[in-house]
Amino acid sequence: MIRFILAFVATFALSAPLRAAADIQEVTSPGGITAWLVEEHSIPFVALEIRFQGGASLDRPGKRGAVNLMTGLIEEGAEDLDAQGFARARDDLAASFRFNAGRDSLSVTSRFLTENRDEAVALLRKALVSPRFDQDAVDRVRGQVLSGLRSEEGDPNNIAAINFNAMAYGDHPYSSMNNGTTESVTALTRQDVVHAFEDTIARDRMYVAAAGDITAEELGELLDTLLGDVRAEGAPLPNDADLTLTGGITVVPFDTPQSVALFGHEGIPREDPDFFPAFVANQVFGGSGRQSRLSLEVREKRGLTYGVGSYLAVYDRAHLVAGQLASANDRMAEAIDVIRQEWAKIAENGLTETELNEAKTYLTGAYPLRFDSNAGIARILVGMQIDGLGLDYVKTRNDKVNAVTLEDIRRVVKRIYRPDDLRFVVVGRPDNLENVN
Amino acid sequence: MRLAHAAIAAALVFVPASLRAEGVTTFTLDNGLEAIVLEDHRAPVVVHMVWYRVGSADEPPGKSGIAHYLEHLMFKATDELASGELSDTVARNGGSDNAFTSYDYTGYFQRIAADRLDLVMGMEASRMDGLALVEGDIVTERDVVIEERNQRTENDAGALFNEQLYAALYLNHPYGIPIIGWKHEADSLTLEDANAFYEKHYGPNNAILVVAGDVDPDEVKALAEKHYGVIAPNPAIVERNRPSEPPQLAERRLRYADPRIGSDYVSRVYLVPERNTGDQKDAAALTLLGRVLGGSSTTSVLAKKLQFENPKAVYTSAWYNGLTTDNATFGLAIVPVPDVSLDEAESLLDAAIAEFLKEGVDDEQLERIKMSFRASEIYASDNVSSIANRYGRALTVGLTLDDVEEWPDLIEAVTEEDILAAAKNFLDRKRSVTGIVRSPEVAQ
Repeated sequence: MIRFILAFVATFALSAPLRAAADIQEVTSPGGITAWLVEEHSIPFVALEIRFQGGASLDRPGKRGAVNLMTGLIEEGAEDLDAQGFARARDDLAASFRFNAGRDSLSVTSRFLTENRDEAVALLRKALVSPRFDQDAVDRVRGQVLSGLRSEEGDPNNIAAINFNAMAYGDHPYSSMNNGTTESVTALTRQDVVHAFEDTIARDRMYVAAAGDITAEELGELLDTLLGDVRAEGAPLPNDADLTLTGGITVVPFDTPQSVALFGHEGIPREDPDFFPAFVANQVFGGSGRQSRLSLEVREKRGLTYGVGSYLAVYDRAHLVAGQLASANDRMAEAIDVIRQEWAKIAENGLTETELNEAKTYLTGAYPLRFDSNAGIARILVGMQIDGLGLDYVKTRNDKVNAVTLEDIRRVVKRIYRPDDLRFVVVGRPDNLENVN
Repeated sequence: MRLAHAAIAAALVFVPASLRAEGVTTFTLDNGLEAIVLEDHRAPVVVHMVWYRVGSADEPPGKSGIAHYLEHLMFKATDELASGELSDTVARNGGSDNAFTSYDYTGYFQRIAADRLDLVMGMEASRMDGLALVEGDIVTERDVVIEERNQRTENDAGALFNEQLYAALYLNHPYGIPIIGWKHEADSLTLEDANAFYEKHYGPNNAILVVAGDVDPDEVKALAEKHYGVIAPNPAIVERNRPSEPPQLAERRLRYADPRIGSDYVSRVYLVPERNTGDQKDAAALTLLGRVLGGSSTTSVLAKKLQFENPKAVYTSAWYNGLTTDNATFGLAIVPVPDVSLDEAESLLDAAIAEFLKEGVDDEQLERIKMSFRASEIYASDNVSSIANRYGRALTVGLTLDDVEEWPDLIEAVTEEDILAAAKNFLDRKRSVTGIVRSPEVAQ
């Protein structure tokens, strides 16, 4: 039975066409709003993805958590409808609207049936243009946010994120959590929520994509109806973060059986000419799957963890090479040693030709598989616009991966893997692990 | 060792197409392997899954965690594949793969370019009867499983409590044992335990093949015949025969304290009927009871009463999952606002349900919920993996394709009387466990 495997690997060349993605259209509404569209008429619904850049990082000074709280309130009453009235209207239409305040953008993920598209759009418009922010809704949702914050206090992963961000990002909004703290959220007023709305939901930082049962012309009309009355300008976007991470180990004592660790240092921006070599190198080093070097060394060979990985964390205002790991208190120190050794090894030796080739076949083969649902396609198309990529990117992206050479890798690994700069933040009661500054 | 049995005929038994939903094709191989093909030609992707009708509730006493541990070991060597080769090959071909274990089933899947189906099927067939474990592989992987348990359970106070909750709910049935295993037992599982479990439960006659995506059913049939059709049925496989629950006569109450609990809460589970083949009406009524009571954070009965009219809770929920082989559970939970005690919260929860039984079901709310079920069928077709999961789960817990396809009509037919009757009959405190979950009291 070995024969079939040899036969396939030897002749591998990915040929899967990007069916849906080959037909990305740019639609501009009569009112001048732009969106990307993939038409797919086989299922009678549309997935619509809207993002407002800036997101939770637009919290005003001292008002951390305001954008997050506001986002939780958009659906809790608008125009003539109170919170329950809005929910009933949405459910009558079997529409779904999800609002999320991320570090770099506020996203609105919606889907609605073709048969009642106009009604669903009219309802969503109310939320985006004239949410009520009734005081009783503010208090109720604030209670939910505070309850969530209390629950997170017992979660070592969250404690690690709070400490890592505080060390990494100086006084930038990235240095604290999007949902704020008990103190900051308790102090928020209705007026703060209104400010958060005015600062974030605006057309001058808006990106839109749709996939599904809608034509370009219909989408153009929809854009004007839904978004034409959204505020024209919001608050200035945040500045770049000054990275304040230094190499070392920080142990945050917490009583729990398994330590969790976040680690990282400065990375590489999306628009850097060496971004693709870095992306390919990291796939081999700590990318998804059991095949990465970190996974092989820490999990498969030594059984020190259930999961370890690294990633190029590319945010709008900062970039890191980062990773995470969970390992029992008596094994975390060994796991960190192994990661440090691997970090040094790849910086010194780069990749082998086999590793490079296998990473290319994985990455180029996996790319078209992303475009398999309306919801997924709408999400990807919005992300491409925010990253400033062109309509033809999906057709050229795999060429960029394939163009990466061993020489490119050798150059970039020295830059993006710097073992002396690596900071580990460990939450738990790890044995034989001391703070190192 | 399936090549030795290549002579076994692999004639396909076809279900008349008219009985099946559009885009759904089924066949059964002579060795007992059942197959479902779900067509979705929008993207050149296939999801290939093999589900086994075996899960943690089929484990021998004292060996908790063996079903899940074996699932991990299935990625090691077979007669034809080196340890890790299956996943490596999938990745080299741009795909991803993984597996999952539950009480009633264990599933393995790959997601990959549609023209690679032959490749992944060949490898999946290899581990259906050719697992070849060696001692070196298994000790390290047991450490990985213990770290998985640490990550999922030991590090999460709510998850730790849920283990205690289900252990108390099931007096005799193995659903009371955690899927990942009790730590002291999962710690000491051996190569012999894994091999014995594999030999007893794996084989084509205990498997369901689900292939979903950009595929032609005839080609899938031909490939299934080539790869799986040559595997002999496993004679060790017998009908499930698990310990069952005695009459439950005494309500149980648990008090759990852990400093890692941030928001105190009350959680209650009831033992209730599951979906049974040809008999899903109670389950349909319970499904809608769950939605009416707790399906929405704004408009369901518990939210209306306890978060809006008399706002004493920050969160309420009600839920039911009937996709199990044996007794299912119906759950209720409430997180009170900070100045309301857990005892008071529990009373408020019970009072809200008592009121609901008097007031009945709001017609418009019921119609909205049914509308969302109808729409969810349309939305679900955007994600072929989720439909593949729906069929795989249903068939491994003992339902038939007819049951799956009848389900939306049964939901549609549920009346107010059915919902109220389900609440009265099945929300029986004698068949329940209530958990009071909190941070430890701080000494003043």
